[in-house]
Amino acid sequence: MKKGWIIALSIIAVIVILLIAVISWGVGVYNKLVSLNESVNQSWSQVENQYQRRYDLIPNLVATVQGVANFERETFTAVTEARAKVGQIRLSADQLGDPQAFQKFQQAQDGLSSALSRLLVVSENYPQLKANENFLQLQAQLEGTENRIAVERMKFNQVVQDYNVQIKRFPAAIIAGITGFTEKQYFKATEAAQEAPKVQF
Amino acid sequence: MKKFLLLFFLTCLKLFGQVEFPILKNYANDFTSTLSQSELYTLNTTLKSFDDSTSNQVVFLMIRSLEGYSLEMYTYEVASRNKIGSAKNNGVLFFVAKEDRKMRIEVGYGLEGALPDALASSILRNEVRPYFKNNEYYAGVNAGLNAIMKAIKGEYKSDKKKDEEDGIGFPIMYIILFLIIFLLSGRRGGRGGGGLLPWLIISSMGSGRSRGGWGSGGFGGFSGGSGGFGGFSGGGGSFGGGGASGSW
Repeated sequence: MKKGWIIALSIIAVIVILLIAVISWGVGVYNKLVSLNESVNQSWSQVENQYQRRYDLIPNLVATVQGVANFERETFTAVTEARAKVGQIRLSADQLGDPQAFQKFQQAQDGLSSALSRLLVVSENYPQLKANENFLQLQAQLEGTENRIAVERMKFNQVVQDYNVQIKRFPAAIIAGITGFTEKQYFKATEAAQEAPKVQF
Repeated sequence: MKKFLLLFFLTCLKLFGQVEFPILKNYANDFTSTLSQSELYTLNTTLKSFDDSTSNQVVFLMIRSLEGYSLEMYTYEVASRNKIGSAKNNGVLFFVAKEDRKMRIEVGYGLEGALPDALASSILRNEVRPYFKNNEYYAGVNAGLNAIMKAIKGEYKSDKKKDEEDGIGFPIMYIILFLIIFLLSGRRGGRGGGGLLPWLIISSMGSGRSRGGWGSGGFGGFSGGSGGFGGFSGGGGSFGGGGASGSW
């Protein structure tokens, strides 16, 4: 009788201890996922900041170039249209797991990148512009912003990689599945976006 | 087996890591031997005292060629890996690739306000380029560094004082400890003099100092600069791609 009780109690104790261990492991994994998710969101907002910065720079640049190179209509229209498109497509941090929305966002931004680099190449034909300090400064700002975008995109991809590895790896994947953490998208390199517009001056 | 693995690892590195990012030991680094020892010494002294008084770390690096590697990625990697700047991210790297005739000012997050891209670009175009075009490298570098320092002066105050106090406190603690142990072991006597302990402590004092990063000593692949003086050690600054590029 007494022996039976002791055995039953110790089995219960073992089960309870195991349960506690599993739960605390689960909570640990969950907390790690939460903080990884948070750092993905944070680096996403850095990417957005830089894109916004570029968006805000364009009107000044276009105005300066237009003053000198007034007949390059097509190039200006391309930049203005690409900018308008970018303005319409916003991607919030919740949509980072949506491949289509992400691809659309990236396409719009890359479209603007190539339109801008064409504008800078065209500007090369105007010696007046190359001697214009205002233009040179705007150009430097734009190049700096393109470079910052590249850096922030790279940092974003690194953070997303950490996150994605974590939610896919067994057995943490179980916790990620239960608590609803899903895979996030990466930026894919495109020829136009890989490098800031290179202009020799 | 271990040797084999190591060899395998090294060949992998050779195959994939075609670009070597130098570990900077000085404030002014010239791997092309363009600047003379005394010129480097002057630059080092200036940059070190600027770091001491403002806590802004400005580092100069000149290499022969990028071998086709992207200028912006290279300077970003060098600046981040060497952690130029303090925790306030107030580091600046002035970089020159001599044979490519390319240069760049890479600005840390914390100084993007004081040294915006447009100003960095103007420094390269108006201060540095005229000298470089005439092959006056030292004058160009000097003008560039002075313009950078002028721009970022006053952005941050130095908090080096605290560090110095810590630096003095440390050895004193060791000396007191050493004395106590020496006295204790001396009183016991007859057991082989002072014993090993004091020596252990003395040697640990030495290793503690060298960990501070002041030593010069050659590092594989890259060497140069001005020997042991004014050793540079990064303070943990991070970079976000700010700055400007130029050519001459």
